[in-house]
Amino acid sequence: MLIVSDMEKTYPTKSGGFTAVSGMSFHIEEGELFTIVGPSGAGKTTLLRCISGLDDVTAGSVTFNGQQVSGPPREFAVVFQDYARSLMPWITVAKNVELPLMKKGISAAERAQRVASALEEVGLADAMEKKPFQLSGGMQQRVAIARAIAYRPQVLIMDEPFASVDAQTRADLEDLLLRIREETGTTVLFVTHDVDESVYLSNRVAIVSRSPSRIDEIVDIPLPYPRDQIRTKSLPEFATLRTHVFGRIREMVSTATPMAA
Amino acid sequence: MTAVVAPAPPKCRSGTASLPGRRFVLPTAFIAFLISLQELLTRTEVLPSNYFPPASEIFTAFIGELGGSALPDALFGTLSTWLQALVISVVLGTVIGVLLGLVVPLEAFLRPVIEFLRPVPSVALIPLVVLTIGTGSDSALFLAVFAAFWQVLIPAIVGVRSAHPVALETARSYNFTLWQRIRYIQLASMMPYLVTSIRLATSTTLILIVTAEIIIQMPGLGYEITMSRSAGNPARMYAYIALSGIAGIVLNGLVRWAESRVASTHGKGGKQ
Repeated sequence: MLIVSDMEKTYPTKSGGFTAVSGMSFHIEEGELFTIVGPSGAGKTTLLRCISGLDDVTAGSVTFNGQQVSGPPREFAVVFQDYARSLMPWITVAKNVELPLMKKGISAAERAQRVASALEEVGLADAMEKKPFQLSGGMQQRVAIARAIAYRPQVLIMDEPFASVDAQTRADLEDLLLRIREETGTTVLFVTHDVDESVYLSNRVAIVSRSPSRIDEIVDIPLPYPRDQIRTKSLPEFATLRTHVFGRIREMVSTATPMAA
Repeated sequence: MTAVVAPAPPKCRSGTASLPGRRFVLPTAFIAFLISLQELLTRTEVLPSNYFPPASEIFTAFIGELGGSALPDALFGTLSTWLQALVISVVLGTVIGVLLGLVVPLEAFLRPVIEFLRPVPSVALIPLVVLTIGTGSDSALFLAVFAAFWQVLIPAIVGVRSAHPVALETARSYNFTLWQRIRYIQLASMMPYLVTSIRLATSTTLILIVTAEIIIQMPGLGYEITMSRSAGNPARMYAYIALSGIAGIVLNGLVRWAESRVASTHGKGGKQ
């Protein structure tokens, strides 16, 4: 279980400090797909960086299975939005996926097997020997996802992972994520600014306010799995939940002080 | 000491590739024209022929040298020193550059020293080098390495630090080892810088070595140039000057060829 408790993050600035996140508390159950959604500039990325151990918290704590998170834990894998920078352009797709496995005391045979099955999983078994720059954006993000699942994390952290691909690819990648979650039971922490995406994917959606951001509301999404881009999205419950989340965010944006824009 | 690197010739589009004549005949004809013009001006004494021997005489002197023993020795002396200087300056500059790029406090500590030594023209050190190292080829080697080292060091430091933050964060979040981070992220980000600095170092080292040969009078192309002058044989002097030029062109070509080989096996590295 991942617990964020009264977390605060302040960046030093010339005028004393900018508080991006303040009094943030929530927890994520094992195996849950938990999404953080909020207006742009809501400190979502800051929050995620603190949870994944890439940044230190100023106050409060992040704990995973009773252990305080300080520095990136072995049990977490992060998928970044900027797949082109996150992959190493000069080495093959297979080598990219293998790289994080190189020092965990995993045998070469098992590494090869994990790389092959992870790439198979994301539908890129044929692209193993290609270089990332020879692939489309969507395929590159698939490689990044394969790298994460080959690592076998307990928590998969994704920072707007599908924000820079086209709509069709995005839908495919969402379904890929749901299928992987179904098969592996990995806990997923997902950050997005897309309301539809958050409702479609999640067990629970956390709406965060503008900075200093805190949890505005956590919405349960009781839609049945497996979900389907057409069937799920045409359910009346989907529309209701989507409208609710969207409404909360709209309210926040319209009541925000002009300086926040 | 400035090293001049020839700009890459414009890439030939596949559509115009069927006209190789345009690309080779015209420049060759122009060179032939310049040589004939020189021949004409010197034969007619418009240019005094005791300073400017006609091209045909230079060419004859060159052919004459090809049979002798001075040219192979001089060429070998210059090129072997050049190769050593290039390898030493690139390896040393890269290794120290990576170290200083990674260890920021160390670089901050050494920066004043680097900024003091870097602008010192290598040739200004010739008297010092003659006093301390002597007049052997080691002196030329030192001068060439001293000049080229900074040209490799500074881009190496910048290159190591030009690694993209997202790439570095990926390394952190997957707990890459230090070696994995250097090998797969920082050396890759450094590669374009390294390629440029190797090309710069190619010219710089050659320039410094020929200079040292002329001034310190150690065996090599430069020595033959200055000896021909004092022996009153300008045609031979020009022949060796031309040979140094040709050596420069060939070496530059070799480095470019090696570069394209590396680029084709590694890919372009994306838009870094």
